[in-house]
Amino acid sequence: MRKNVGIVKTHYLTVAEKPEDYIKLDSGRKFGPITVAYETYGKINEKNNNAVLICHALSGDAHVAGYHGEIGKKPGWWENAVGPGKAIDTDKYFVICSNVLGGCSGTTGPSSINPQTGKPYGSTFPVVTIGDMVKVQKRLLDRLKIKKLLAVIGGSMGGMQALEWTLRYPEMCNAGIIIAATSRLSPQSIAFNAVGRNAIITDPRWKNGNYYGKKVPADGLAIARMIGHITYLSDASMHKKFGRRLQHKTKFSYDFSKEFQIESYLDHQGTKFVERFDANSYLYVTKAMDYFDVAKVYGKGSLIKAFERIKSRMLVISFTSDWLFPPYQSKEIVNGLMKQQKDVTYINIESSYGHDAFLLEIETEAKVISKFLDATLQKIESNREESL
Amino acid sequence: MKKMLSLLKNRADLEIIASWIKEGSTVLDLGCGDGNLLYYLTHSKNIKGMGIEIDLERMINCIEKGIPVVEHDLNQKFDNIRDMAYDYVILSQTIQELQYPDLLIEEILRIGKYGIVSFPNFGHFKIRVNLFLNGRMPKSSVLPYDWYNTPNIHLMTLKDFKVFCKERNIKILKTHYITGNRYRKNLLFPNLFAEGCVILISK
Repeated sequence: MRKNVGIVKTHYLTVAEKPEDYIKLDSGRKFGPITVAYETYGKINEKNNNAVLICHALSGDAHVAGYHGEIGKKPGWWENAVGPGKAIDTDKYFVICSNVLGGCSGTTGPSSINPQTGKPYGSTFPVVTIGDMVKVQKRLLDRLKIKKLLAVIGGSMGGMQALEWTLRYPEMCNAGIIIAATSRLSPQSIAFNAVGRNAIITDPRWKNGNYYGKKVPADGLAIARMIGHITYLSDASMHKKFGRRLQHKTKFSYDFSKEFQIESYLDHQGTKFVERFDANSYLYVTKAMDYFDVAKVYGKGSLIKAFERIKSRMLVISFTSDWLFPPYQSKEIVNGLMKQQKDVTYINIESSYGHDAFLLEIETEAKVISKFLDATLQKIESNREESL
Repeated sequence: MKKMLSLLKNRADLEIIASWIKEGSTVLDLGCGDGNLLYYLTHSKNIKGMGIEIDLERMINCIEKGIPVVEHDLNQKFDNIRDMAYDYVILSQTIQELQYPDLLIEEILRIGKYGIVSFPNFGHFKIRVNLFLNGRMPKSSVLPYDWYNTPNIHLMTLKDFKVFCKERNIKILKTHYITGNRYRKNLLFPNLFAEGCVILISK
């Protein structure tokens, strides 16, 4: 087994406790208190300049590397990229990852207990945005006494958070690494999210979001996940992985059972997801993605204008077969940054894995990330020497 | 400094280019390769540089050196760069490989105050003799390909380029000629005796 960070634990910290410290959400509502679930690996150095924040995607959590319980069990979601000697090298960097606001893996979300009522929030949970998620992460870093990040990194929805970081807190990010992401969802991506949400909302067990303690809307959530999975794969990767093969048999049974391998795969993914994810969180988090539009928030509709405020070195990575957040959307980010003559690097990695490539097509991605981080740290150190 | 210069791998054209670029300027290198020239300029002349490249391994070498690099097809316009965004735009030993060299040169002078181009001179006497005597497309150390597999689809002579600039009202501000591994400011009958050249242009 490759070197790893070992057995790790998720930590919990509560921010925005008192009403005067509540977080002002983009919707205008003030919200608190918020418990944040997070993990850290590696050590902060003396100069306090080696902190790397990793932001997770839609269904991720704070557990990005190492194992829970025992080695080999429950690896982190980016175990192949984070650890000693890996792309994000925990021997060199202090790595932080936290569960997003609205999620269901330890950070306050719709399934958490509302301290004012003693009952789960359910549908009374406020609608949150990617910006709100980032505000919560900032509070966490304040508490951990991280003044400036070496880099903020994320793939997919994590990449949106990373981009939001470089815009909302430009002084705090030396580098932003945005992988398989977009500056705003295309109508096609919003459409897929909408169908997923519809599947949940129309499940009779959803009951307007107040299903806690009763039967959960498992069918709706499973269908939402199936749709999601279709968008994470590609035509080519489905051909390769499943083809038209049948599961456990060679002849058609001429009924509506789950015969094809792809059918049984989706079914399995749907069922597995229901065990670990909350349907309401799926609604809130996908909605946050749909609202995401940095040109609108920071540039009055212009991405170029929005990027004026960026102070980080930027690395943008896309994958050729990703049709959920296709390369052209990464290229839009890159073009905006180039118009502003920002320090930007763009790599479009050849892969047949579709959107999932950011988790699977790791070799080139790892090389690019590790070299970019090394060069960024070197730059900071040499600038520091000059200013001394 | 000597060690830094060795980064340019004894490529005479890169040494000339480096000597022309002013301290603290902004530089865009089209087809920047491993980023050696930009790395050299960043550390010796404090420039702010950016590279354009399509080869992945070379791009990774740029990233390692801390040089920002973006994938872009040089046969496409630079819609993502403002007019006069850079002080210098460099195109070294690539012009003859382009589909639309004329459009790229115009584009270079839109996005840059100065353009620096270097290219092999197809008018060199050895090439002429070769074609004249053998009746076959000439080969040399700088042009080692066969007619069917050469990336050099738009070969030209020094004179061709000068005429082109005149027709387009492009000013030639400086020219250096390359013979062997040396470069010089003045050369008698350069279209016959220069193997290559480096030219500073502007509108």
